[in-house]
Amino acid sequence: MPELLIEPSPHIRAKASTQKIMLNVLIALFPSVAAGTYIFGLRALVIVVLCATFCVIFEALFNVITKRPQTVSDLSAVVTGVLLGMNLPPSLPIYMAAIGCFAAIVVVKQFFGGIGQNFANPAITARIILMLSFGKYMTSWTVPFPYGKSAADAISSATPLASPEVMPSYLDMFLGNRAGCIGEVCIAALLLGGIYLIIRGIIEPLTPVCFIGTVALCAFIGGHDVPMQLMSGGLILGAFFMATDYATTPITRAGKVIFAIGCGLITSMIRFFGIYPEGVSFSILIMNILVPLIDRYVRPTPLGTKKKSSKEAAK
Amino acid sequence: MRLNSIKLPHFNRAAESRSTELRLPPKVIISMSQHGGVPCKPVVQVGDDVKTGQLIGDSDAVMSAPIYSSVTGKVTGKTEIINIFGKIHEALIIETVPNQVMSEDIAPPVINSREDLIAAVKKSGLVGLGGAGFPTHIKLSYDLKINEVDTLIVNGAECEPYITSDYRTFIEDGDRVIEGMLLIMKHLNIPKAVIGIESDKPEAVMNMTKLAERYDNITVSALPPRYPQGAEKVLVYNITGRTIGKGQFPVSVGCLVLNCSTIAFIGEYARTGIPLIKRRITVDGSIVNKPRNIIVPIGTRASDVVAAADVRVLPDRAYMGGPMMGQTFYDPDTPIMKYTNALLLFAETKENVQTACIRCGRCVSACSMGLVPTDIEHAFDKKDIEWLKQLHVELCMNCGACSYVCPAKRNISEKNQLAKLFLRENKQKK
Repeated sequence: MPELLIEPSPHIRAKASTQKIMLNVLIALFPSVAAGTYIFGLRALVIVVLCATFCVIFEALFNVITKRPQTVSDLSAVVTGVLLGMNLPPSLPIYMAAIGCFAAIVVVKQFFGGIGQNFANPAITARIILMLSFGKYMTSWTVPFPYGKSAADAISSATPLASPEVMPSYLDMFLGNRAGCIGEVCIAALLLGGIYLIIRGIIEPLTPVCFIGTVALCAFIGGHDVPMQLMSGGLILGAFFMATDYATTPITRAGKVIFAIGCGLITSMIRFFGIYPEGVSFSILIMNILVPLIDRYVRPTPLGTKKKSSKEAAK
Repeated sequence: MRLNSIKLPHFNRAAESRSTELRLPPKVIISMSQHGGVPCKPVVQVGDDVKTGQLIGDSDAVMSAPIYSSVTGKVTGKTEIINIFGKIHEALIIETVPNQVMSEDIAPPVINSREDLIAAVKKSGLVGLGGAGFPTHIKLSYDLKINEVDTLIVNGAECEPYITSDYRTFIEDGDRVIEGMLLIMKHLNIPKAVIGIESDKPEAVMNMTKLAERYDNITVSALPPRYPQGAEKVLVYNITGRTIGKGQFPVSVGCLVLNCSTIAFIGEYARTGIPLIKRRITVDGSIVNKPRNIIVPIGTRASDVVAAADVRVLPDRAYMGGPMMGQTFYDPDTPIMKYTNALLLFAETKENVQTACIRCGRCVSACSMGLVPTDIEHAFDKKDIEWLKQLHVELCMNCGACSYVCPAKRNISEKNQLAKLFLRENKQKK
């Protein structure tokens, strides 16, 4: 008999892999991208596909230039690209989208060490950078179903959060018949993808439930239209797909709850008291920065290391 | 509060195969260190004839277990064998003869007191048969003044995939398990006992419930089939709700935990006096056509087991023990030890693409000890002693759950072991 191979235990591994997790996220995002394309036209799809492509190219180039092992096959750059694309208005000039991709992949992700090492969510941070750099373009919204309309007619400056007077019905909000970012308008598609991720065990329902629940509670206390608050802006997109990002959120369940409630509170404060109509992106970025602190103080108690209460010690 | 655990596939294809004896191997290799503690010294010379059950290795140390010849034959040489603790020790090579005879020294022990029981168990050469190889008499000789043990826990969780040797013990030797338990309970004055079996083995649960029916103080606890259910601390917590502190043993919280096959051996030994010279192992793995449980002489070479097994191709990887905690070995002539409960054979190459940690937190939700394995990896890579201490890495029992669930396919549990070693070495330096 020939000599045998040596390896450390365990010798079996679960099927989940980084690549499969990312693939599942892409599958979960598909309904929203499809809905965005249907609602805003082919331009929306072009933005999303180009963002994904730019992100992969930037990551590949960065790895080549810095002589690091190639990591694009883990699909995380594709996920970042698709998420960023979904967070952009359909009419955004392509070069701006490319700048966003550069910011997301090179500055936010690779400069900090690549996958798993970045402290801020690349897509969210890139969206904020674009918003602060190209405010006008980032708030030029395409009206839903712009087919056959002239360019001028197809642009609306109003989203429901910014101008309550153009408030669509709850059903329109749910199905996505309104102005907004490509991937945030169709609540039905987002929920479908979110539920898929929960069923596949990629994310836990804890984060979206706490995030959305906190916003609902704040809206209710503040006397706002609760269903409208939940369905508008990027709340559902952010809660299911951005606030659940592994690298930039706490590692323990208790930490995730704190993170999600913090996101909900900051979102509500910006929406109800801030100068911006929407606060989901900022809230997630702010909480991203607090993650190391949360992870430092919120950690599991190892078995048998809890200090005994005086009663037990007396025994 | 429930301890973290993971769900594993079971692959228990050998469960329904009644154990058979392996045909006599041409030779056996018997290591002088088949237990935690002090290795034995050979008491026979090269060239000596030995009989089955004859003492061939012994030690004066308390923390040791004598070693007996598992076959009749001639000691033809010495070699060196690596044990589960990573230490290399002397081993005797015994070539068998066709006419197998039992040693005349074998006689059933007389057990009338705690001291008799402990002495008999030490003489039998018994070590933990579940895989840890801890000398059983040490476990039994806990200090009565310090520890008030009120519960004997029979560990039959057998939570690793493939292995069914403990399951077969419950089915085939259930009576011996009860006899061994009664003996221990009587002489160590332990009022009650619980047999812990995972609920996905209903036949074992049923058989033991039936056998325990006559005894009010013995109950069978059907445990959820989660990994690592059979880890001492986890088992004690899940059965009694008691938390074993860091650095403490089950007896510190009033529990004596023994593996079911270990207890069945005590029951058998009390009847026959035949020392630990053979054991039941599961032979399974992807290249094994007919998985089964076989009873092999201690010291049987893996290659002899493979030769007797129905395999499709020759293995390129083999584990002694389960796929979660079992160990690989390079020499196909590596012998079955007292603590080996399975020999698993595989031939496929595995493709595990390792990526950077993506901080998914799966390892944290998998760790039954409540550790943060991903932080331990960082702390170890930085050689940060203070951080490692804060992370309580010493609690890691190398169950492998963190590595199992890791989507980045990192060898986290291996890092934990290196970190533990690093802390120990650092302590010694000071």
